[in-house]
Amino acid sequence: MSEKLRRKGRGCRKGGLIPLAAFIFFLFLWDGAWAEDLDTLPPSPPREVTAFDTPNDAGGSITLTWRKSTDDGTGAGDVTAYIILRAERKEGPYKEITKLPAGAVRYEDTTTKDGVDYFYKVSVSDGVNISESPPSQAVHSKAQWFNFKRLNMLLAGFILSLGIVYFISRARAGKELYIRKIAGLDAVNEAVGRATEMGRKVFFIPGILDLDDVQTIAGLSILGQVAKLTAEYGTKLEVPVCRSVVMVTARETVKEAYLDSGHPDAYNDEIVHYLTDDQFGYAAGVDGLMLREKPAAIFYQGAFYAESLILAETGFSVGAIQIAGTAMPSQLPFFITACDYTLIGEELFAASAYLSREPRALGSIKGQDLGKAIILFILGLGVVLETLGITGFSQLFTTQ
Amino acid sequence: MRRQIPLAITLVVGLVMVVQYFVPHKPVGNLYDLFNTWAIVIFAFAIVLGVGNLIKIHGDRIYRLERGWGYSVLLLLGLTVMIITGIGWGIEPGTSFFYLYWHLYVPMSSTMFALLAFFIASASYRAFRARNFEAFLLLISAVLVMLGRVPMGKALWGQFPVIADWIMKVPNTAGQRAIMIGIALGVVSTSLRIILGIERAHLGGE
Repeated sequence: MSEKLRRKGRGCRKGGLIPLAAFIFFLFLWDGAWAEDLDTLPPSPPREVTAFDTPNDAGGSITLTWRKSTDDGTGAGDVTAYIILRAERKEGPYKEITKLPAGAVRYEDTTTKDGVDYFYKVSVSDGVNISESPPSQAVHSKAQWFNFKRLNMLLAGFILSLGIVYFISRARAGKELYIRKIAGLDAVNEAVGRATEMGRKVFFIPGILDLDDVQTIAGLSILGQVAKLTAEYGTKLEVPVCRSVVMVTARETVKEAYLDSGHPDAYNDEIVHYLTDDQFGYAAGVDGLMLREKPAAIFYQGAFYAESLILAETGFSVGAIQIAGTAMPSQLPFFITACDYTLIGEELFAASAYLSREPRALGSIKGQDLGKAIILFILGLGVVLETLGITGFSQLFTTQ
Repeated sequence: MRRQIPLAITLVVGLVMVVQYFVPHKPVGNLYDLFNTWAIVIFAFAIVLGVGNLIKIHGDRIYRLERGWGYSVLLLLGLTVMIITGIGWGIEPGTSFFYLYWHLYVPMSSTMFALLAFFIASASYRAFRARNFEAFLLLISAVLVMLGRVPMGKALWGQFPVIADWIMKVPNTAGQRAIMIGIALGVVSTSLRIILGIERAHLGGE
C-alpha cells in the first residue's frame, strides 16, 4: 500500500470528531467542485532519480531516469503528470522544463549546454498536490568520440570490406573468378545489334535521381558500356536526362566511351541532353521522344519512381527491346512486366563489372557474394535461436 | 592529374563519410549534414547548365526548322513566361506565376500521373497471361490479393482478405527483404569500388 493510501486510511480512524467536522465543513462550503480539493495528500514522490550524460551522442543531451511514484498506476492511482525541473545550482531555483504524462520513467533533455553542471528534480502531480524528488547529482553533457551502438555495423562493414578487398587482390593476381550468367546483361549486345540492323536509335534513361544516388552512378557505368557498343556499331544513341549534373557526367562518360572505341568523331554533345527536373514532365518528354523517334532498344538503368511503368509501357508500344535495372523494389514488378529483361537490385550494381570483365570489379562482386553467404548463415542461425526462445542473438544486430 | 585529383578527393570524402557515421563528436559528426548542404547548393547552381542546354538544343531546332520545331517554340515560350512572371511579380498566391502553376502545370502533371492507371491495366493484362508455371502462380496470387482488397471479395468469401494479407505479409515481405539485402550489399560493394577508384563512372569512365 502506498504512503498516501496509508495516510488516508489513518485519517479515517480518528474517531467521531473528524466526521462531524467534515460534515460542518461540507455544509459551509457546499459545492461539488470544492469536494475534489479535499485531497490534500500529495502523491508519493518518484524514487531513484538518476541523471547522466546521454551516451553515444554529439553532446547537448542529458538523460533522466526514475522509478514511478507508488501512486502511479498502483496505490491511490491518481498521478496525472511528472514535471521535470532543472537548475544550475543544487539549491535552485529550479525551472520546469517539461511535463510528462503518468507512467513516464525516462526523459531526455536535449536543451543542455555541454560542460555546464545541471541538477534535476522530478515532481509528481495528482492534479491538486505536488511532491518533489530530492535533487539529482550534478551532471553535465558532452559529445562522445564513438557511437558504441554502431559497433556491430563497424564490424559487419569491416568483415564485408575485408572480403571484397581479398577477392579483388585474388582477381588482380590472375585467379579466374566465376560469375553467374545475367541474362539481362548478355542481352545488351543483342539490343544494340538489333537497333543497328533496324537503323534506329538506342535510348538510355539513367533514372530520375541525381548523382548523389549510387543507382545513378551504377547506371552511368552501364551507359559507358552501351556507348562503347553504339560507337563500334555506328548506332545512334540518345540519352535524355532530368538532372543537370547527371547530364554533365553522362556526357563525359559517353565521350570517353567513343574515344576508347576509336570513334571520337561520332560523338557530339547533343547525344546527352537535358529535359526537365520535374518527374512527370520528364516522363512526358521521354514518352514524346519515344513515340517520335521509335527507338529499337531502350535501357532504363538507375533510380525510378512512378514514371517507371509510364516509360516502359510506352517503350513496349513502340516495339523496342527493353532492358531495365533498378534497386527500387516497388518499381521492379513494373519493369519485370513491361520490359524484356530486368536487372533486379544487386544485378544493377554488378552490371558494370560484368560487362567490363575488369578483374578488380569482378573481385568486388565475389566479395559481395561472401557477404551474402555470411548474412544467410546469420539469418538461419537467428531463425533457429528465436524459435528456441533465445532472443539475445537478434539483439546483437539492432542499430541506432 | 586530371584523374588523380578527383580520385583523391573521392577517397578522402568517402572515408570521411564512413568515419562520421561512427563518430558523433563535432566537427566529424556534422559533416554529413554539411556535405549534403553543399551538394544541394551545387545541384541548384547546376540547373543553369540544364536550362542552357535546353535553350541551345531547342533554339537550334527552331533555327533549322527541324520536324516538330513548333513544340520547341512552345517549350521556350513556356520557359520564358514562367521565368518572367516568377522573377517579375513573385510566386505568392494571387500572382500570375501562381495562377499558371496551379492551372497549367499541376493539371498537366496530374494527367501524366493518371495515365499510370491505364498502363497498369495493360501491363497487368500481359503479365497475368498464364504462359508458364511462374506466370500462373503470379496470376493466382494477383487474383487472390485483388479479391482480398475489394469489398466484393469479402462478400463472396470472408477468407479472401485473410489470404490476401498472408500473401502480402509472408511471401511478399520475404521476397522484398531478400531483394533489399542484395541491394544493401550491392551498395556497399559499389561504394567501396568508388572509394578505391575501381569504379569511375562519376568521373566520366576510365
